[in-house]
Amino acid sequence: MGWLSMSSSKHSRGFKGVLQEVLSYKSAVLGVLILVFLIVLSIYTIVTIPLPEAINAWRSSEMWTKNPRNAQPEWIEVFIGKRLPRTITVSLANAEVSRRLLGDGRIAASWVAYFNYDYDDFPSELIVFFNSSYSEKPVVDIYWLRPDGEEFLVKKHTLRRPDDRLYLSNDLGLELRLSGLFESKVGGKPNFMVTVEKGLFAEYSLDPRVLKGRYGIRFETILNENDVFDAELVVYGSVYGLAGTDHLRRPLIIGLLWGTPIAMSFGLTTAILTTVLNLIIGTVSGWYLGKVDTVIQRIVEINAILPFLPILILLTTFYKIDLVVILVSVIVLNIFSLGIKGTRILVMQIKSYPYIEAAQAYGASNGRLILFYVIPKILPPVVPGMISAVPGFVFLEAGLSYLGLGDPFLPTWGKIISDAQSNGAFYKGLYYWVLEPAFMLILTAIAFALIGMALEKIVNPKLKEL
Amino acid sequence: MIPKGFLKFVVKRTVLLLISLVVAVYISILLANFGGLIDEMVKSDLLMSITMNVRNNPAFQGLTASEKQKIIDSMYQAALEARGLNTPFLIRSLYHLKNALTLDLGTALYLTSDSGSKQVRLIILERLPQTIMLFTSVTIINFFTTLLGGLLIARKYGSKIDRAISALAPTSVIPGWVYGIFLILIFYTWLHILPPGGMVDYPPPKDPVLYSLSVLKHMVLPMLSWIIAGLFLGLYSNRTFFLIFSTEDYVEVAKAKGLPPRQVDMGYVMRPTLPSIITGLSFAIIGSWGGAIITETVFDWPGLGMLLASALSYPDPPVIVGEVAIYAWLLTLTVLTLDIIYAFLDPRVKVWGG
Repeated sequence: MGWLSMSSSKHSRGFKGVLQEVLSYKSAVLGVLILVFLIVLSIYTIVTIPLPEAINAWRSSEMWTKNPRNAQPEWIEVFIGKRLPRTITVSLANAEVSRRLLGDGRIAASWVAYFNYDYDDFPSELIVFFNSSYSEKPVVDIYWLRPDGEEFLVKKHTLRRPDDRLYLSNDLGLELRLSGLFESKVGGKPNFMVTVEKGLFAEYSLDPRVLKGRYGIRFETILNENDVFDAELVVYGSVYGLAGTDHLRRPLIIGLLWGTPIAMSFGLTTAILTTVLNLIIGTVSGWYLGKVDTVIQRIVEINAILPFLPILILLTTFYKIDLVVILVSVIVLNIFSLGIKGTRILVMQIKSYPYIEAAQAYGASNGRLILFYVIPKILPPVVPGMISAVPGFVFLEAGLSYLGLGDPFLPTWGKIISDAQSNGAFYKGLYYWVLEPAFMLILTAIAFALIGMALEKIVNPKLKEL
Repeated sequence: MIPKGFLKFVVKRTVLLLISLVVAVYISILLANFGGLIDEMVKSDLLMSITMNVRNNPAFQGLTASEKQKIIDSMYQAALEARGLNTPFLIRSLYHLKNALTLDLGTALYLTSDSGSKQVRLIILERLPQTIMLFTSVTIINFFTTLLGGLLIARKYGSKIDRAISALAPTSVIPGWVYGIFLILIFYTWLHILPPGGMVDYPPPKDPVLYSLSVLKHMVLPMLSWIIAGLFLGLYSNRTFFLIFSTEDYVEVAKAKGLPPRQVDMGYVMRPTLPSIITGLSFAIIGSWGGAIITETVFDWPGLGMLLASALSYPDPPVIVGEVAIYAWLLTLTVLTLDIIYAFLDPRVKVWGG
């Protein structure tokens, strides 16, 4: 064990010295930079989106109804080279209103609202949200006003409830009518499927081209005296924010951001605690030997045969699980790991060193000897291993979440990947949904791996030469 | 001729490991049974089969519902007694232990084997070969490629390829299943040339040759994901390991004697380090049992791991307990096999007394 004496022959360098030496490796500088970025990101997340708010947002289905489904991140435009549609909300707040009193005391009213559409692609979905109060269900005529002056009735709709929603995109009847209209205008069958979005937004030509310009939507209805009518058309885009959205229209950025502190704290806590506990148990085993040692060695062997992941799965199936329970289980299942054997042998060697004998001679207690003479000696070689263990635990948490075993409330990277796979991201080619959380995972893992490797070279100079 | 001392060692190790196995499975039973869950599981299984028996038995056909219920109750009580399920927990847990060790866990709640059986033992044993076929073989492939590759790179110490391998070593912190996801994105989503998962095309080809080819096609991506995940760190650590050992005095002497490099590598570098290499292999195989769980889920590979994942999603407790037991068995057998090989190879250990 040459490196053991090497590390002891150097003076204790202190944190600053070690940091300086670590930063002499370029790869470690990169690792430290990434780590700092992740820490800043974690703090930013915790401060700006408090946990209860994040959990609430992640579990709410109502909060995101006006977001597009499975929208790509906005920066994807850079690669595609087209201006992709954002979501446009067309409200009646600035609409041109006209009201006409009918003979029987009812009012015939109409609203026209305009919006500009100049994206290079068609919207992903169209929904009209109503918000009305009435004494008798009103019939609403919805007209579409195209930039080329064309105008036609889209739908005659009887409100089913005051907050009714009209899903235009799923309306097969409308699709058929629009496709018929299209064929008559073009004078033949166009080269594409006329969906509702294309029927409303395409130029009248054989190829699918967006007709850019000012569109309008007109609502006409007859109301009773005290009725209130309000509606909103949402033209869903195909891109959203920095990270896009998932199948439930949730902004992925929430999950990506919150995944950072979760992964970091899980990885660091488990790595530090298991390493320290392993160290203590190994030291005790190697120092006292005899019966204590036999018992510890037997436990280590039994622990090696305990199938770690299946047991963790068994625990998470049978008991109420949150992140803390998983954390504790992972640590408990790892404290008697095989690493103890290495520590034990080291301690047995150190025990025979003269300075230990000297300390024993003047009557130092076992506790004192272990704490002040043995542990400081074996700690340095353990630290790189501890840092290098972090990625393993980060991926363990991700893997557990991926299997559906993670914390049921917290948004995590593993859960996003699992959602993506089970909702057809591979099949539909929604790369961003898988790549974003995977990128964050890899970023975190690589940061710790780079720092761990540099530390290893510092503590173990024999590696440095190689 | 096997020496007597060696046999003694093997028997001793086997007994010790079997004791560890029993304790490990017992611990799992205790963990699973904190809330009496296994008891409930076994009891409901029993009650169900008795109820079905009584309902379907023509001899009881004429009885009223309450009379039938009485018969069911008394049979159920008798069965509980016969199986020791109304005894104190200590004895009951031993009963569960025996069942778990023999995988005699009754019937699954939801899952069935491909042959349609609900027997937990059959369901599990059916999946075992598929996990071994994929993950044990890829672990062994990985092990030998990185071993030989490491040796070659150690010879070219300081070359461009050597430095590239060292620089790429950190990529191995990313586990196989994450690479698997990337590979699916590339070869399925983007290029459409390989299937994203499963074991064989649907419908499965009748011809055995075509069937095997279809299975091989489905094995490419999962195997590749593990090979990529293990490659660079494996090469790097083997190379470092050999470099450290090739500076030993006896290697220098062998080189000075003018032995060809191949002979130096095999006889003077590899041979003394063989025990450590075997330890490495045992860790790799042990690790593969656990790692396969997530990778199989990613690739829908119908092995033990995916079975565990699907048992988890229902959840199907008898299958989960059975899985824990089979994994404990696999670990025990792996450790035992490698212990024996180790003892055979390490001249210093000489466990059987020379």
